[in-house]
Amino acid sequence: MSQSLRPYLQAVRSSLTAALCLSNFASQTAERHNVPEVEARTSPEVLLTPLTVARNENERVLIEPSINSIRISIKIKQADEIEHILVHKFTRFLTQRAESFFILRRKPIKGYDISFLITNFHTEEMLKHKLVDFIIQFMEEVDKEISEMKLFLNARARFVAESFLTPFD
Amino acid sequence: MAPPEVHHLFHNPIADHSFSADRNTLAIARDTTVELYGRAGNAFKLQDELKGHDKTVTSLDIAPNSGRIVSCSQDRNALVWEPTPQGYKPTLVLLRINRAATFVRWSPSETKFAVGSGDRLIAVCYFEQENDWWVSKHLKKPIRSTVTTLAWHPNSVLLAAGSTDAHARVFSSFIKGVDARPDPTAWGERLPFNTVCGEYLNNSAGWVHSVAFSPSGDALAFAAHDSSITVVYPSAPEQPPKAVISINTQLLPFMSLIWNGEAEIIAAGHGCEPYRFNGGIEGWQLSGALEAKALGGSGDQREESALNMFRQMDLKGKVKDDTQLKTTHQNTVTTIRAYETAGDAVRKFSSSGVDGRVVIWNV
Repeated sequence: MSQSLRPYLQAVRSSLTAALCLSNFASQTAERHNVPEVEARTSPEVLLTPLTVARNENERVLIEPSINSIRISIKIKQADEIEHILVHKFTRFLTQRAESFFILRRKPIKGYDISFLITNFHTEEMLKHKLVDFIIQFMEEVDKEISEMKLFLNARARFVAESFLTPFD
Repeated sequence: MAPPEVHHLFHNPIADHSFSADRNTLAIARDTTVELYGRAGNAFKLQDELKGHDKTVTSLDIAPNSGRIVSCSQDRNALVWEPTPQGYKPTLVLLRINRAATFVRWSPSETKFAVGSGDRLIAVCYFEQENDWWVSKHLKKPIRSTVTTLAWHPNSVLLAAGSTDAHARVFSSFIKGVDARPDPTAWGERLPFNTVCGEYLNNSAGWVHSVAFSPSGDALAFAAHDSSITVVYPSAPEQPPKAVISINTQLLPFMSLIWNGEAEIIAAGHGCEPYRFNGGIEGWQLSGALEAKALGGSGDQREESALNMFRQMDLKGKVKDDTQLKTTHQNTVTTIRAYETAGDAVRKFSSSGVDGRVVIWNV
């Protein structure tokens, strides 16, 4: 782990732990409803101030807490065009399978690549500290994954170009 | 200190729990039902399920003398369960609210109970003999958001409420014909219905999760979402309070608190374990956790063999198993209540949490 990644992840971890203090809270505006307040945005007093943790201009995390749900949005590092395409394909693959990911939001927040929505029902049936661990691990792994894919793509491109150009040799 | 008594009942969140006066019956709010457990030796066995709500039951309370159970739910209703030889008989309460009911407590006199709701009001309910019905009067005035918690003063007239608009308030719930005229206290002398005897804002505008009167009723403590506990000492009616002491902590927010005598507060919440606060009108401080964390000590260190390491890596893909928290509760503690008292002092208290455990602690 690089030297600047550690404090970044540590900051995200402690902010997430504090933000994941959720409780069951029925809607104040709609009768017999219980909706994530961070999505409904109908009662301003149950929303907390959103928080951004940024490592640099390309990598940041937005945490939007509320009384019964939090939304975590991650901007994944994209240094060039290829990485941009790879990140797009990768997050699309995940969000299309959001159903089986439980905490994944179907659509990322504007300006971010992937969003998670954790409600009090998730923290009730899953362990809170493991949820935090999962997000942190995801952030650690996703960079690795993208750069690996990029290397693989480059190697493949080189191989294809070589075999294409062999007849002209 | 004897270890706490742990009862792991199921794997669902427990919204609230309450013991009967003889401590042999335990009522649990589980999802949409109220479950009654009876003590059988060292364990609690399921005896009865009270089904009457069709949404999450948010709170319940057993009246110690009459044995009546009151429960309230997000379906906007409260039910009073009367014990009869044939089982518990439900009676619907005319709450006249159209948002979720969030919290319910019997008054110490057991003639009234108060229901907090998401309708930005508190329904004070009492039995009306001529209609044979539980009817309610609404405390509405300065409440601007969901009422999350309530606590009764020992005189059964004053009612403290905490809400998500970051205020803890003290109201009068005096109902003519039900209550005797209360003795004047530091909170107020003449107390018609809906008198606001005190209104206290949390410093950082955090939601108030729990309120409690001290055993004498002359101090009020409340826990808010900024991980603080505030203790208010009123001086005289219509006067600013003698002291308002805030204790900020570095812990996660507290969801519930109880007084142990006049000089100690026990609070628990998202930190998954109870903490002790000591002090008085001169000042309060955090004394530390109640729980001695022996769980992670010897047991973890014992099996550090290479075989165990590779087995862990093979089974779970990691070297260390860190799914267990070192605390007794494995998730947020939602309610703590006094279990055994001696005068004003609490000998034992019980806690229940999102992890489906009920724990009885020795103080």
